[in-house]
Formats: sequence, structure tokens, C-alpha cells
Amino acid sequence: MPLHIVVCAGIVPDPLQTLEPITGPNGPALKNEMMLPAVLDPWAASALYEGANLAGKNQGSRLWLVSLGPKAKLQQVLMTIAQKVSFELFAVDSPSGGFADAHATAAALSEAIAAIPGLDNSRLLLFGGWESASRGAGVTLQIIGERLGITDQFMGVDQIDFREDGSFEVLERVEGGRHQVSVCSGAPAVLGWATGNLPEPRNNPQIGMANMRTVMPALQKAKLAALSNGSLQYLSASLPAQQRQTRVVKDMPPEAIAQELAEWIGGE
Amino acid sequence: MNQIGGTGEKTTPEIERQSIEADIVCVGFGPAMGGFLTTLNRAWIDNPADPVFESEIAPGLPLQVLCYERADDIAAGVSGVVTAAQGIRASFPGLNPADISMATPVTSERMLYLLDPIGASRRPLSLRIADRILRGLSGHFGVRDSAYELPWTPRFLHKTGGLVLSIGQFNQWVGAQIMASGLAQIWPAMPVSQPLFAENADRTGDRVVGIRLTDQGVNKHGAPEAGFVAGMDVRASLTVVGDGPFGPVGRAIDQRVGMPTGRDKREWALGMKFVIELPAETTLTPGTVWHTFGYPEPEIFGFLYVHPERLASVGIFVPSWLSDPNRTGYRYLQHFIQHPALWRHLKAGTLRSWGAKSLDESGLHGEPFLVGDGYARIGEGSGSTNMLAGSGVDEAWTTGVQLAESVIELLRNKSSYTQENLAATYEARRRASWIDRNARNAMNARNGFHFGFVPGLIGMAVAGMTGGTISLGAKIPPAHQQIKRRGKKSFKEMTRREAAMLAVEDGRPLHDALMSARGWPEIEFDGKLLVSQQDALLIGGKVQAMAGFADHVVFREAGLCIHCDDKTCIAMCSGQALTLGAQGVPEFEREKCVHCGGCLWNCEHTTAEGLTNIEFRAGAGGFHSVEN
Repeated sequence: MPLHIVVCAGIVPDPLQTLEPITGPNGPALKNEMMLPAVLDPWAASALYEGANLAGKNQGSRLWLVSLGPKAKLQQVLMTIAQKVSFELFAVDSPSGGFADAHATAAALSEAIAAIPGLDNSRLLLFGGWESASRGAGVTLQIIGERLGITDQFMGVDQIDFREDGSFEVLERVEGGRHQVSVCSGAPAVLGWATGNLPEPRNNPQIGMANMRTVMPALQKAKLAALSNGSLQYLSASLPAQQRQTRVVKDMPPEAIAQELAEWIGGE
Repeated sequence: MNQIGGTGEKTTPEIERQSIEADIVCVGFGPAMGGFLTTLNRAWIDNPADPVFESEIAPGLPLQVLCYERADDIAAGVSGVVTAAQGIRASFPGLNPADISMATPVTSERMLYLLDPIGASRRPLSLRIADRILRGLSGHFGVRDSAYELPWTPRFLHKTGGLVLSIGQFNQWVGAQIMASGLAQIWPAMPVSQPLFAENADRTGDRVVGIRLTDQGVNKHGAPEAGFVAGMDVRASLTVVGDGPFGPVGRAIDQRVGMPTGRDKREWALGMKFVIELPAETTLTPGTVWHTFGYPEPEIFGFLYVHPERLASVGIFVPSWLSDPNRTGYRYLQHFIQHPALWRHLKAGTLRSWGAKSLDESGLHGEPFLVGDGYARIGEGSGSTNMLAGSGVDEAWTTGVQLAESVIELLRNKSSYTQENLAATYEARRRASWIDRNARNAMNARNGFHFGFVPGLIGMAVAGMTGGTISLGAKIPPAHQQIKRRGKKSFKEMTRREAAMLAVEDGRPLHDALMSARGWPEIEFDGKLLVSQQDALLIGGKVQAMAGFADHVVFREAGLCIHCDDKTCIAMCSGQALTLGAQGVPEFEREKCVHCGGCLWNCEHTTAEGLTNIEFRAGAGGFHSVEN
């Protein structure tokens, strides 16, 4: 069954860099965010790879990547991502920062999705990350779904298996390292992906060049979306505390390492 | 534009490879390629309808220009510099440094001779006498904090009107402008393994017809595994080689066509630096530039550049002519920043990131054939760095500009990219420019260092002040022969072998053990600025090694390693990616390699074919730090 898969994927500052929250004129921000290299939000990247895999299995399917972010940064990230899987880009230009109100972000993205030419809602699977490595509230995808009138929503998805009648089985992560198994009668549906099961695809220059035929025009056409934070107020912003304790140990059995790690974690 | 098919692969004929065509394919994205693509791009933007820019392989479309870069991001894994920016400003006449993160105009320059406050550095008698005199003058005549400030900075070192830059940020700024136009595609995370030579070439057999990308989905030895993707061939009528001083494409061409008579890449240096956030009360202002010499070893030159927002790049250059197998980077750098002249400004600072890179310091002596049928060389790998001025970025940029102007001229004349045509345009432009003129002035300026530190300084000063007219002659041995063996005495009763065993037994880095053995005090880590080398690898960027690529550091003959006492490659390894293996052959961990290339010129042994026993191949990943 041909599917129309739309992957919502934002870009985030490369978490390997030194990130430092500051208070800017418009509220919290990251110091020199435009200077930092960006990557596709890792959760959303899983969604993209799963979407590409699913589209490949279902002949006639189409895959769109919808992304909202500063155009220059999007372009830079896409030079890497575009080498991995085939997609059509739909870009929305917006200022950098993950502190934008989830409602405003969802409004901009849902409007962009609704305007995708040829998108068939009856075949629509809306993909994204169930969490975000940005500073988002983790609710953007659900709100987009609501705004598009899609009520079948699944979060923490690791696997979906389609059946011949168009229905599909979904594995959602639940506590205790288990999955909740659901069956959905079919599209449209929202699926917020966890890590999925697929490895990151290899870079393929030919895929990259093919994608560039749509990526560059899409970036050039990207409309600027002014995101309003409305009444949203941030009381404080901080990074998770990092601790690093380096010790070189030789010939320590794995069991002893595990034991020490467990004790260390338990002591924190 | 795309086609699929076999390519007549010679080394692994069983592999079916995809092949695509482009008009121009470029290897490596650094300042030189930035200059090339910016100039070409601008000419096209000025007149996109100009038929000169119509693609030959895709009629009706503009030139198809593809650029492949090894690093995962065009801003990753490069260096901070001070540059006169003559060529860069010529390309951007209205350049506002504030538009580029971490860029600022040079506001002041100082040159400091650093005395040894510890007493561990290897100083000749003449220096020890000079040091004693200077210590006696402490507090007078520019002597302060165990440092003597020269009353003037030699003119040949001046960067007046120049810029302090983070090359990572500069590349990002340049790259974004190029890509926004759509003429050129710059693909990161895509190493190029080798050039493609024409089969049955009509003349010399050395015509370059494109490049081959690196195989993916292979194990550490390069054998295909799950998800194998054979590196694609990209064929183009012009291959622009800008993959740096030890790039696999440039070296493969050198190996194939040889070097011009009398030319060889024999002088190298490992540049290593910290990016430090200065304390809030710092008195160092943006644009401050310090050049230092004399410490931690007399041969090791150092620098301090101050960027905006209280960031400073502080580092050292460890040269191949250090003439000692006990050459290290990281520990020396830690001692360098603790020199009283620097420490008073840095001690309350915070380490933001760290990086290392090999520099080709051969200058004109190491210039390869700049052009050949189907290819042209630009940037550092083409021998453009001027070691008298300590300047490479501006020169590299300008070589790229010169090649782009030449390509436009050839396109306009409907001339092909033959050796003759490229020589008549690009090489001629370069020979007639300040690049070549300055390179000739500088080419023998450092010869004196092969006789000793003091003769080196004198030779450099004389060459600098006479515009290269007077300089010392020297027969410079290959880099690996510059590593001279030192007696047991200098190691304070510890041989290198014993130090190596110590390194194995307690897990400390070999260079660390060697330095301690030579009397350098232990570093007292503060967890903020003075951290272990392994911790530095995780600060401000971290090393990346994408899965599915083969090891890019390979030891050709295990026997040579087993019988090597010095293991200089391990001591010199910037990222501690090389460690002592149980059998005496160093072990390589790709996940720690920052791609500095130091091991390549620090191997003392050569194979029967005359090749250095370490092979440095194309590899993915490296260090991710945009502040470098």
C-alpha cells in the first residue's frame, strides 16, 4: 500500500559541543548557538530512517522531511542527512533556538504539512521523535497531529508492522523495558519514534545528489515563520550536570567494572 | 548525470562500483578550497546566463561542481590562526570580522623569549648563559615573568591589518555562502580514498580523471561487512586537490608522478592548541597576538591569540627538527601554558576545546607538481605555507582564488585542463604573485635550525631581514632521519624502552612517562584547565569515528615495529590513538584519532620500497570542535 510519510525533524546543536545556557533579549538561549554545528535531532533521525525503510517497502510511497529552523543551518545539516536516505524536503525558516513554544512550533509545522502538494491524508503517517534533544517540551508532534485532526497517536515507537489490509501493529515502549502492542486500523496516524531498530544508513553520495534536486529549491522557497512564545515564561534554564572521572585500569574483569559502575550510579 | 557501471578498478577488480560524472570535483574543504569555490561561485552569480558556465556533462545546467570533505562538518577539526588576510580581504573587500564568529582584527603583537622556569628543557650552553643574564635583569629591559619581550616584532612576522580567526568558523561562514548559491555542493563526512588515473593514457599515463570515495561498511581491515557500500567513482575533467599536507589524493599523485627535482616534504611540525575561556577579569583584549619561542624546548614555538568574547587560542608547534624521539605535544602544551608569562593570564581560565594538526613546513622545498593533466594542487599540500612569516591560511586561500581565475579563463577560451593549459594559467598566476615571491624569500629561512637552535634563529632573522637574499644552506634529511637518538644519560637512567614498559604497566601515556623521566614535573590536574589528555579528547567537541570505515593508520611491516625501540609514533600521537601492543606493534584505535597526521612523519623506519612504515589512508571522522 503506497504511504505518504511525513517526518517532522528539527535540528539541534551538536550535543558534543560545549553548550551554555544564557538569557538573551528574547528569553533563554544557548550561547553562540549559530556558531555551533547542528545535527538532526537524534530521535527524529530514527524516525526518518524508519520512514525511509517503510517507504522503500511499500511501492509508490512518498517521504517528506519537514523541518523548521534557520535556513543556513538546515542547509548545513542536510548536506549530511541528504546522503543517507531519499526524501523530499519541505523547509520552514525560523530563528534558532529550541525554547520556542511547542504550540507555536506545532502551528507552523502543521500549516506547512497541510500545504504540501499532493499529500493524501488517508495515506498519511506523521513521523517524528517522541522526545527531543532540543529544549522542546516533547509535545510538539502530538499537537501537530491534533491540529491535522489525527487522533491515532503512538509514542515511544520502536517497530511497526503493516498488514495486508492496511492496518499495522505498533510496539510502543513502556516502563520496565517492555513494549505495549497495539493494532491500528490504518493511516492516518501519528508515530513518535524512540530509537527504532535500524542502524544509521551509510552515506551514499548518489542519494545525496538526487536529494539535492529538491533540497536546494525547497530551501530557497522556505518561508519565514515568526514563532510567538505567547504567554510562555521560562523561570530558569540549565544543562544536565556532567560528571567525568577518568581512571585508567588494566586487566579488570568485566564483572568488577560492572559492579563498580553499579555502585557509582547507586551512590549518585 | 548519474550512471552506474564498472570502472576498471585495478586493485579490487571484483568490486562493482557506481560512477558519476561532474565537471569539477574537489577534494577537501579548507581555506584553499574556500577561495576556489568562492571565486568560481561569484563569477557564476554575476552572470548565470553566461554560456561559459554551462555544464559539459549536463548541457543546459550550470557547471556541476562537487566537493568532498572528510570531516563530519565543514567547521570541524581545524585550527585557530592569525593571518595577514591580504588575499582573504581581496576576496571580501567589505569584510566585517564581526560577521564571522570568533574573528577579530589584530590589534597588538608581541614577541616573547621564554626562559625555562623549571630547568627541564634541553638548552644549549649559549642559551643557558643568555638565560642567566636575562634572569639577572628581571624587572628591567622587558624581562618579566621569566620572559623577555623583544622590543620589536620582526617585520616578516607582522600581521598588521590582519585577522585572528577560528578556521572552523571561517570555513563555516565561507561554506554557507557557497552552498546557498547552489553552484557547488560540499559534502562532509565523505573521505576520498584516491585519485583515478586514466587507463591507457595517451601520453604519460598520469592523467587524473577523477577521484574514488572511500568504501563504507567494512571492518577495520577494509574487508566488506554488512551494509557494504563500495566507494563511488566521481569522474570529472578537472580534479582540484586541496586535501592538505598529508591527504591521500595528493600523496598518491606525488607517488605516481614523483616530486620535482630537488623537492621533498621533509619539514613538518605538529601544531597543538587549547581554546581557553579567559577569566572575566582578563586584561587581554581581542586581537592580541603573542609569538613565543624558547620554552618548553628552545625549538618549540608558541602562540597566544585572543578572540572576541574572552576566548583565546594558545598553542605550540613541535617541529620535526626537534631532533629527538622524545617529542610530544600534549604534555609540552600543558607546561607551555603554565609558563609564568602566560599563566598569569590563563590560570583562572577554563578549557573549552583542544586540537592538533600536522603542518607541512617545507614551503617551496616541498612544492609538488602544481598541475598535471586533469588536476591542479592548491593550499597547504601544494607547498604554499610560508614558514618565515608563519603564515599559511592566506596563502592557501589565494592559491584557490588563482586556480578559480584560471579555470574561468580556460572555460572562456574553451581550453581543456591539460598540464600545459593549467601551467600557462594557474601556475603562471602563482609564479607571478606574492605567494611565490614570499615563498622564495622564505624557502631557506629555517635551514639554520638543522645546525642548532641559535644558528636557526640567526638564519631566520638574517633571511627575514634580507628578504631571503642571505640564508644558510643546509642539507635537510627526510623527516624520519631528523629523529636522532639520544644517550641514556639524558633520560636520567631510564631508557625509552623502560619508559615504554612503564607506560604499559601503569597505563599512562608513553609521552607522559618520557617527560617525567626527563625531569619535567608532573602536571597537577585541576579538572578545569589542566586535565588528562583523555579528558581533553572529550571536551569541546570530542573525537568522532563513524562506524563502517576501515582503519586509516596502518603499519606496513610488523617486523619493523617490533624491532623499533623508540616508538616515536606512540609518543607523538596527539590523541593517544596509538598505544603499545602486546607484540611490539602499536595498536591503533580509530575512535581516538584526531587525524593530526603526526604519526606519518614520526615513523623512523622505512620499508624496502622506501616507504615510511606507517601508512596514513583516507579515513572518516576526526575531532569535532568548531572553536578550533
